[in-house]
This record gives sequence, structure tokens and C-alpha cells, in this order.
Amino acid sequence: MNDDKIIVCRCEDIDIQTIRNLIDQGVTSLDEMKRITRCGMGPCQGKTCGPIIAREIAMKTGQSMEEILSTHSRPPFGGVLFQEVLEGIDNEE
Amino acid sequence: MRNKASVVIVGGGITGSATAFSLAKRGVKDIVLIERNELASGATGRCGAGIRQQWGTYQNCLLARESMKVFENFQEVLETDIDIELKQKGYLLLAYSEKEMDQFRSNVEVQHQLGIPSRLVSCLEAKEIVPFLNTQKMFGGAFCPTDGHANPFLTTKAYANAAERLGVEILKKTEVKGITVENRRIKGVHTDRGFIETDKVVNAAGGWAAHIGEMVGLDLPVYSERHEILVTEPVNPIMDPMVMSFSYNIYCQQTPHGSFIMGYGPENEPRGYNINATWQFLEEMVRKATWLLPPLKNLRIVRQWAGLYNISPDRQPIVCESEEVKGFFMGIGFSGHGFMIAPAVGTLLADLVTGSPLTWDVVLDLGRYDRHEIIAEPSVV
Repeated sequence: MNDDKIIVCRCEDIDIQTIRNLIDQGVTSLDEMKRITRCGMGPCQGKTCGPIIAREIAMKTGQSMEEILSTHSRPPFGGVLFQEVLEGIDNEE
Repeated sequence: MRNKASVVIVGGGITGSATAFSLAKRGVKDIVLIERNELASGATGRCGAGIRQQWGTYQNCLLARESMKVFENFQEVLETDIDIELKQKGYLLLAYSEKEMDQFRSNVEVQHQLGIPSRLVSCLEAKEIVPFLNTQKMFGGAFCPTDGHANPFLTTKAYANAAERLGVEILKKTEVKGITVENRRIKGVHTDRGFIETDKVVNAAGGWAAHIGEMVGLDLPVYSERHEILVTEPVNPIMDPMVMSFSYNIYCQQTPHGSFIMGYGPENEPRGYNINATWQFLEEMVRKATWLLPPLKNLRIVRQWAGLYNISPDRQPIVCESEEVKGFFMGIGFSGHGFMIAPAVGTLLADLVTGSPLTWDVVLDLGRYDRHEIIAEPSVV
């Protein structure tokens, strides 16, 4: 199996080669990686890709996983439909 | 890290990065750009990513059109292979009164003087552009087909990369702690990584512009205000333009990536640096967006966040050198439209720093408030 084709971020379809190339170019924080590739901006908010990318960065830079895994999760915790929010408002009223 | 620089730029957002590039492009050496966090981590990376030329004053139309020329020829101008995800499918502005239509009518006249291809549209024409648009209560609108979207992160990165290639030193994760001024002249910048001797500083600190001003003893007439925003999951393209209304108070666009990004201007938001997201925004945004664009009901919201508008007294940028402190330049107070005009602002700041005449005949100096020459721009959110 070709390692490079491994999908790291399922929300945004990012493969590991893309991540490794960017690390080689000096992108060594999750925040920067997120801004350039969108990994972590999808419905999972980086819950899947975050640790995988952090490990790749750790292997390259020698930083610890704890140092790297600092990116913010944003609300809502999981995706929510506009319709569901509307129904929530209606129920309150 | 250099301990001496010809210019220190404070802020690694779009304004600082574009300024660094413009200066380096003119041959200025020993430029240092200081960013407290990561590039585009403040207002730039939090903005709605829209770029429009439909303004109501000649000067704003000019800056927007000149910036659009750069966005349109970005890879060539910056000699970069970064794709900034430019989408030119227009901005559709909605009017909810005859008065608002009249305003659009006079705006379009100004825009036409500069060759901006905008036009007034009826409700029916608006529906041709966005078929599922709810035109209830609408009087009509205005449309410019070449307005649109660019990716703020990638645009900033491209500017920063191009600047670095031309010799600019970019210090990320570095904080400006103070600025030394002697005899009303800049002497240097203190950072948490050491002192940099310089006689020129560019304040491009976005939401923290007033704070940087305080460091040189200036009370700049700008303040920061939280604006919230949300984004959905990506779906197939169904909406071409940015849909925007000043009176209904909303903007919403589908990015080339497929996600919908939207926000509205807050009411009674206190001044300050709070950038927390709220459920109140989520509810109000859902109410507004689904009334205007009903098919959104079936879309999934994946993230919401907030950023700071840096607001000036006339909600127009301040781009000038300080009269009080020589060598202190500023590109501040963008009031929510810094990203879309940054290419032109970078050029203007490079003009100022190099002591060259301004590339365009515009009045954006701080002195305009004392002269009571405020810019009466009617079209801001």
C-alpha cells in the first residue's frame, strides 16, 4: 500500500503526503496547518486528524504531542442543522 | 533575529503582510514583520472572506477596484503558485426601502465613473441570480458580477511568502512589548525576544491597533468590537454571489470550497477584546438566514467563531504617518473591510514609509477628523 495516499482528514480529504510536504516547508503548528489545508475545520473539528497530524509534526520537530495539540475546538461540538436550531427556538416560544 | 531594522511592521494579518511585500518589492531592505501569534490569526483569518467594489464614495470604489486588479492577477503580481480561491460571482445587495434603492442608484453612478460593472436589479432579476432568494419586502437591489471571494489565509500566506522571498524577516509567536520614542521619533521596538533598533514602525495590529498606539503615547481614535460568524458543511455550488443587506443586516456567501459563511453586525455590542462565540448569535443568524435563503434549513452548521472589527469614527480606514511621532505609520480602523482593500493599502503604506507621493489621490489621514472631513461612506455593514 502506498503510504502517501492515506487520508488524514476525512472531512476535507487531505492525504498524509500533503501534510508531510507542508511540515517540510516549515508548517509545524496545528493552527497553521488548519489555516492552509482546512484540516480541523470540518464537522469533526480535528478530533480525527488532529492527533495524526500532531504525531507527524512531533516526529519531525521533536516537540511533544501535548505542546502541539493546542488548537481550539469551536462550537457547536457536533454539526447541527439550521432546521434543528429553528425547532429549538420554536419549542422555547 | 535582526537587532536592527529599517522598518518594523507590527501585525501579521493581511495589512502587515501586504505592506511588507510592497515595501520589499520597492527594494527596501532589512524589514522585520512581528506577529504575536500565527499569520492571519486575528481579524484577517476570522473575516467573511468577501471582496466587493460596490461602495458609495469614489475613494472607496477606487481602493476596492485597484485591490481587485491585484486579486485577479494575484499569481503574476506576487510571483506565487498559491491559489487564493478567487471567486467572482458577484455581490448582490438587497434594498428594503425606496430610500435604500436611491442610495444604490447614486452608488452605482460613482462606481461607473471607475468602470466598476455594477447595476441595479429588480426583485425579479435578483431571483434570476439567486433563484431561492425570498424577495418578500424587497424593493430591488444592486449587483456587481466581478465582486466575490478570496481565501484570507492563503492570500496572507502568499503575501508573507513573497515578502520573505524578497528578504523580509517574519517573526511569528513574537510579541511587541513596547516602543521607544525619543524627541517624538521612533527609536526601536521591544519584543519578548529582544530589542530591535529602528526609526520606522508600521502599526498593522488590527484589533489591537489602539494598544500599539498607546506604546508611542498616542490615543488613537479606534476601538475594537466583536463580530460573530458561522460556517456550514460544504455542499455543491447552489449560490453564486455574496448576498448582503445593510438594512436587513446580513451577509452570506457560498465559498468555492462549498461551505456557506455568514454573519451580521451586532447591536449594543460593548467595546473590547472578547471573541467568544454565543448561542444568541447562532439563533439570530439561523432566523435571519433561513428567512432570506430558505434552502439553508437543510444545511449543517459546523463552526462558529468571532473576530474583532477595529472601528474608526467614520468607519473608514486610517492610513497615514503620525503627525506627533515621526516614523510611526498606521494602517488601522478598517471597520470590517480590511481584507478586501489590503492590496491597495499595502501600496499606500509603502508610499508613506518610503516618502513617495501616494499612488492614488485619497485622503485617509488621521487629521481628517480634526478638519471635520469625515468620509461619508453610506454602504457599510
